[in-house]
Amino acid sequence: MSQHFPAFIIVIPLIAAFFIFTAGWLKRTYCFYIAAVALAISLFSSFGLLLQVLQNKVVVYHFGGWSPPWGIAYRVDYLNGIVLVVSAAIAFLNLIATKKSVEKEFIERVGPFYALYVLFVTGTMGIVVTGDAFNLYVLLEIASLTGYALIGMGTEHAALASLNYVFMGTIGASFYLLGIGYLYIATGSLNMFDIASILPNIFQSNVVLFAFVICLTGLFIKMALFPMHTWLPNAYTYSPSPAISLIAPLTTKVMVYVMIRILLSVFTPSFSFKSMAVNTSFVWLAVIAIVVGSILALSQQSLKRMLSYVMIAEIGYMVGGFWLANRAGITGAILHIINDAAMTLCVFLVAGNILYRVPGDSFDNLKGLFRKMPFSMGAFVVGALSIIGVPPTCGFFSKWYLITGGIAAGHYGFVAALLFSSLVNVVLFFRIFEIGYFEPFGDLHISGSMDEEEKTFDDAPLGMLVPLMIVAAGLIALGIYTDTLVTKVIQFAIPGGIS
Amino acid sequence: MVDLLTIIISKYNYWGYIVLMMIGLYAMIVKKNLVKKIIGMSIFQTAIIFFYVSIGMKKNATIPIISHGHDGGEHAVHAVDFINPLPHVLMLTAIVVSVATLGVALALAIKVYQQYNSLEEDEIDSQIKVK
Amino acid sequence: MKWFGFIAVFLCGSLFIYGTVEFPGWGDPLSPTSTHVSPYYIEKTMEDTSVPNIVTAVLADYRGYDTMFETAVIFSAGIACLFLLRQMKRKKTDFRLYRHTATGITFRIEKGGKLPPTAKEFERIDGLWTPYDLIIKTTGRFIIPFIQIFALYVIAHGHHSPGGGFQGGVILGASFVLFAISHDLRSALNRMSEKLTAFFYTLGVYIYAGTGALCILLGANFLDYSALATILFVDPVTARSHGILIVEIGVGIAVMAVMVILYYNLVSAGKFDEGL
Repeated sequence: MSQHFPAFIIVIPLIAAFFIFTAGWLKRTYCFYIAAVALAISLFSSFGLLLQVLQNKVVVYHFGGWSPPWGIAYRVDYLNGIVLVVSAAIAFLNLIATKKSVEKEFIERVGPFYALYVLFVTGTMGIVVTGDAFNLYVLLEIASLTGYALIGMGTEHAALASLNYVFMGTIGASFYLLGIGYLYIATGSLNMFDIASILPNIFQSNVVLFAFVICLTGLFIKMALFPMHTWLPNAYTYSPSPAISLIAPLTTKVMVYVMIRILLSVFTPSFSFKSMAVNTSFVWLAVIAIVVGSILALSQQSLKRMLSYVMIAEIGYMVGGFWLANRAGITGAILHIINDAAMTLCVFLVAGNILYRVPGDSFDNLKGLFRKMPFSMGAFVVGALSIIGVPPTCGFFSKWYLITGGIAAGHYGFVAALLFSSLVNVVLFFRIFEIGYFEPFGDLHISGSMDEEEKTFDDAPLGMLVPLMIVAAGLIALGIYTDTLVTKVIQFAIPGGIS
Repeated sequence: MVDLLTIIISKYNYWGYIVLMMIGLYAMIVKKNLVKKIIGMSIFQTAIIFFYVSIGMKKNATIPIISHGHDGGEHAVHAVDFINPLPHVLMLTAIVVSVATLGVALALAIKVYQQYNSLEEDEIDSQIKVK
Repeated sequence: MKWFGFIAVFLCGSLFIYGTVEFPGWGDPLSPTSTHVSPYYIEKTMEDTSVPNIVTAVLADYRGYDTMFETAVIFSAGIACLFLLRQMKRKKTDFRLYRHTATGITFRIEKGGKLPPTAKEFERIDGLWTPYDLIIKTTGRFIIPFIQIFALYVIAHGHHSPGGGFQGGVILGASFVLFAISHDLRSALNRMSEKLTAFFYTLGVYIYAGTGALCILLGANFLDYSALATILFVDPVTARSHGILIVEIGVGIAVMAVMVILYYNLVSAGKFDEGL
C-alpha cells in the first residue's frame, strides 16, 4: 500500500471533501471529524513519503499507469518531501486548533467551509507534489479559488478585498499558464523533468527567455513580492481567522517553493543563474521588498494587518536568499519556507484566539491581554521571537544561513536589509508586548472604573490552546534540530553545480 | 522586406492573441467598474486559450479523430495527418477553470454590491473613507 | 490613469510581439510541439485505449488526473458560490402571492387567509413582478427535450465524435437554465431542487474519484482503468475505453449540476427566489 502514498496525499482529502459536503446537509457535526481523519491520513502519508525519500532519494508515481512525458507523474524528492510534511502538519494542526472558532463564525456554513478547507489543502499539497507543469496550474487554481471563497466570507471589506485578490491572482496564474505555453512551444513537453532534459539544447532561444520571464512574473504576483503585493494586506486583514491561519502560512510559501522548483528543476541552475547581473537585480528587488514591508508594518494599527506586512518582508527574505545563488543562501531560503510557515501559523493562530475573546484586533484591544490570555500570549512571544530571530527559535537559524549566504555572495545590501528588518521586528513586537503587558485592560478614561471581571483569566478554550502550544513548541524544536534538517534533507535538495 | 513578410505570415495568429490579451489587461488596469474588470479578466483568460489552441494547429492535417469503420479494418495512422490533440485537452481544462473563476468573481461582485450598493470603485472607496 | 494604462499595455504588447519572432511558424509540422509528445498520442491511442477520438482519450486517460482536478475545480466553484451567497434563513413574508395560470391575474393572500384549493389553476410566485409569457414558455417546453437528448448524445458519443463529458454537461446544464429562464426560478426549483443539484455534483465527482480509487483497490495505480478489466470481464484495452466512458458520465453529471447551481445562486443572489 505504501507505494500509493503520493496518490493518498491528494486523493483522500479530495474524496473527503465530497463526503464533508454531503454531511453538511445531513449532520453538521460530522464534517469536522471527516476532515480531521482525511488530513491525518494525508499527514501520515507525507511522513511515509519523506521516509521513503530518505531511503530511495526519489519516489515517482505514475497516474493511470502512463509513464511521464505522456501521462502525469508525481515525483517526490528531498525538496518537496519536506515541504509536503510541513504543509500537511500545518493544515492538520490548524484544523484542530480552529474547531471552536469555526463553529462560532460559520454556524450554518460549516459543511461548505470544511469542504473548501479540505479542497484548499488538496490544491496546495498537489502543487507541492506534482511533477507536471500543467497539472500544477490546475491545482494552483483549486487552491486559489477556494482561497478566494474563504477570504470572501470575512468581516468588513472582505468581499472587495477578495475580489481584488481574484483579479491579481488570476493575472498571476494566467501568466504562469502562458509561460508554460511558451515552454511547450519550445520543447513540446509538459513534464517538468522532460522539459529540463530538452532545454539545454535551446538555451539561447529567446522563447525560453520569455517563458522564464513570464513564469517568474506570474509567480511573483502569486507570492506577493513587492511591488506586486497589493492584494495581500487587505485580503489577509479582513479574512475570517480560522481561514487565514491556514491560507497565510501556506499560499505564499508554497509559491516560493514553486519558484525554487521551476528555476532549479525545470530551467536548471545553469540557465537561471547564468548572469550575475540578473541575480543581483532580483536580490535588490527582494531588498526593497524587505525594507518597504518592514516600514509599512511599522505604520499599522492592528495586529493582523501588521502581520501581513511582516509577511511581505519575509517573502523578500526567501526570494533574496534564493537569488544569492549560493549554497548557503538557497539552504536559508528553503529552511525559511519551513520556518516561516510554522511561525506564521503560530502568530495567526494567536490572532485567531485573541479575536475569539476580544471584539477586534486593533492595538487598543490588546491592552492587558497578558493577564487575560497568558497562554496564547506566551505562544505569541515564542512566535514573535522567532520572527525577530532570537535563538533557539527556528527563525534565528534560517536568518543565519541567509546572512552567511549574503556575505559569501558579497551582497552586503541584502545583509543590511535583513538586519534592518530584524530591528524593525524588535520594535514591532515589543510594542505589542508592552501594550499587552503594561497597559491595563480596557479604556480607563471612558469606562470610568475598571471592570474587575475583565481583568481575570479568560484564555481561549483548551481545544484551541493545545494545538497552539504544540506549534510554539515546534518552533523551538525546529530550531534545535535545524542541523539535522539541513544535513539530512535540505543539502540534498540543492542540485550539484551550486557552490 | 521579404523576411518581415514571412515573419508576419507565419506569426500573425500569435499577434491576434497578444492583442486580445492586452485588451483584457487594459480593462483590468483602467476600468473602474468591477463588472468591467471581470469582463476584462475573462477576455484575458480567453486570449491564453486561443494561444494554446493555435499551438495545436498543423498544416494539411485534420481533426484528431481517427476514421474507423466496422468493416474498413485498421490502417496505419500517421502523426502528420492529424493536428496536435494535447493543447485542446489542456484548454478544455483551462476553459473550465476560467468558468469557475468567473462564477466565483461574480458571486463576490454580488456580495460587494449588497454591501456598498455600488459596483463603481470610486464610489466604494469614498464610502470606505467616510467610515 | 487612462494614458498610463494604455502606454503600459502597449509596451507590454510590443514586448510580447517581439517574443514571438523566434516561434516556430504557425502550423509547422516540424515544430517541437508536433514532433515530441503528441505523435505518440496520435499513433498509439487506438492500440492503447481503442478510442478513435484522441482528444477524449488524452483527456480522460493519459491526462485523466488533470481532468479529475478540473472536475474538482468546478466542484469548488459550486461550493464557493453556495458558501458566499446562499442565505440559509428565508425571510418570512406576511403574505403569499399566487397567480391564476389561465388569466395571469396575481392574488395576494394575507397571513391567515385561505390558500387556493388546487395547485393546477394557481401557481405560487415570489415577486409581484414575475415574468410570464405563454409563447416563451411553450417554446421552451418544446425545445428543452431536444436539447437534453442532444446533450446525452454528446456525452455518450464522445468516443467517436467531437464531444464528451464537459461539452454534454454544459449543454444539459443549459437546458435546465433555459427552463428556469422561460418559466421562473420557483418552477425550476420544483423540478430540480437545490439538494438534488448538490447531490448530482457530488455524485459526479464521486464517480470520477471513485473509479480512480477502485483501480487502486484492484492493484493498479490510481486511475489506471486497465485494472477494471477483471470486474468488467473484458480485455484491458476495452476496459480503458469503458473506464473513459464512466468518468465522462461522471464529469457530465458534475458539470451539469454545477452550471445549474451557479445559475440559481447568481441569479437570485443566494435567496433562491425570483431575483432577476
